Amino acid sequence: MSQQEIEVILARHLAECLAMPVFIVSPDGDLIFYNEPAEMVLGLSYNETGMMPADEWSTIFNPVDLDGKPLPPEELPLMIALTQKHPAHKLLGIQGKDGIRRKIEVTAFPLVGQADRFVGAVAIFWESLK
Amino acid sequence: MKVTFWGTRGSLAAPGADTARYGGNTSCVSVQGKEGTYIVLDAGTGIRSLGQNLPPELERVDILLTHLHMDHIQGLPFFAPLRRPGVEIHIWGPASTTLGLHARLQKYLSPPLFPVSVRELAAEFHFHELPADIIEIGEFKIYAQLVIHPNPTVGYRIQSSKIAVTYLPDHEPALAGQTFPHDKEWTSGYRLAEGVDLLIHDSQYTEEEYPQRRGFGHSSIRHAFQFATLSSVKRFAPFHHDPTHNDDMLDRMFEQTIQTMQPSYGVTPSREGSSIELTG
Repeated sequence: MSQQEIEVILARHLAECLAMPVFIVSPDGDLIFYNEPAEMVLGLSYNETGMMPADEWSTIFNPVDLDGKPLPPEELPLMIALTQKHPAHKLLGIQGKDGIRRKIEVTAFPLVGQADRFVGAVAIFWESLK
Repeated sequence: MKVTFWGTRGSLAAPGADTARYGGNTSCVSVQGKEGTYIVLDAGTGIRSLGQNLPPELERVDILLTHLHMDHIQGLPFFAPLRRPGVEIHIWGPASTTLGLHARLQKYLSPPLFPVSVRELAAEFHFHELPADIIEIGEFKIYAQLVIHPNPTVGYRIQSSKIAVTYLPDHEPALAGQTFPHDKEWTSGYRLAEGVDLLIHDSQYTEEEYPQRRGFGHSSIRHAFQFATLSSVKRFAPFHHDPTHNDDMLDRMFEQTIQTMQPSYGVTPSREGSSIELTG
């Protein structure tokens, strides 16, 4: 049994204490945690899905841009934080597993730990009123 | 492998008649391998006595610091081999995000906190920053990983060919999670402690004290036992005794917790001056 990096464990703890939806992904892009507020927006339960591979979570919510065109995974803020290792922000549309289409704003940032270890990325998102 | 406790107290030295059995010196443990490799875990006030007991012909000493809180470094300048020309002193420990290990230690080893700086000591110093991949020192492979405690703090797993010892003197795994114990994958320190022959772990607080000290970076005695159970250790040595807990209180804490938890592993509370021999 492997253990998550300490910065990731602490990020999850913070996420569990926040009222904002939070995603945490591993350096490989796997979705390793999302908190209860994220479950509400996504219409999914972390206890049911567990970890999700990158190609699954990046398409499962049918992300679209403001014109309604499908967004490729590499344009999602979390993927930008993960692959380019810098913060990213975007307004986009998603459709949760509950079938409801929502407009959300996403801010994502890389997690860089002690000794410049890249340990994953975090996305925080809000339902947009714009 | 021989593990010797030179200081078992946490936070502040607590000498006195009522702490004489468990000891009043702060964290310091030595680990001696079958082939003679000698490493020192932390440099609390207990390291002074260790220095007086080391063979004078020893040419190299490796001191592995978990972190730089005062109770883990205060004894360092009083460690006799530091004053011996020709002795190699290798100090391993965590840097911060902005300062290297040497610079962080220099803050203590310089005026006004201490009159002598590292460069004035006779021994030859080598600083090694952690966390790193596996460290190899003599016959030991050593794994160092960050664990939950304020400021950069690592725990160690010291592995010989047949024996493994894990040292987590300051650790609050229960802080990360709404419930404890939680999944192994999401538990700080688990990878270091999994299946070890001896776990030396923080057990500073009583159950009554813990809620008022949550976030200070230390475990309640029950959480320490639960962590040992989760990690399937073979033997557990509660460590980092609170300076306000005298010998009689520590006796009661250990007796009551063992009675309540009924651990499947052996429990040997750490006592200053005592040793544990581990054979494969």
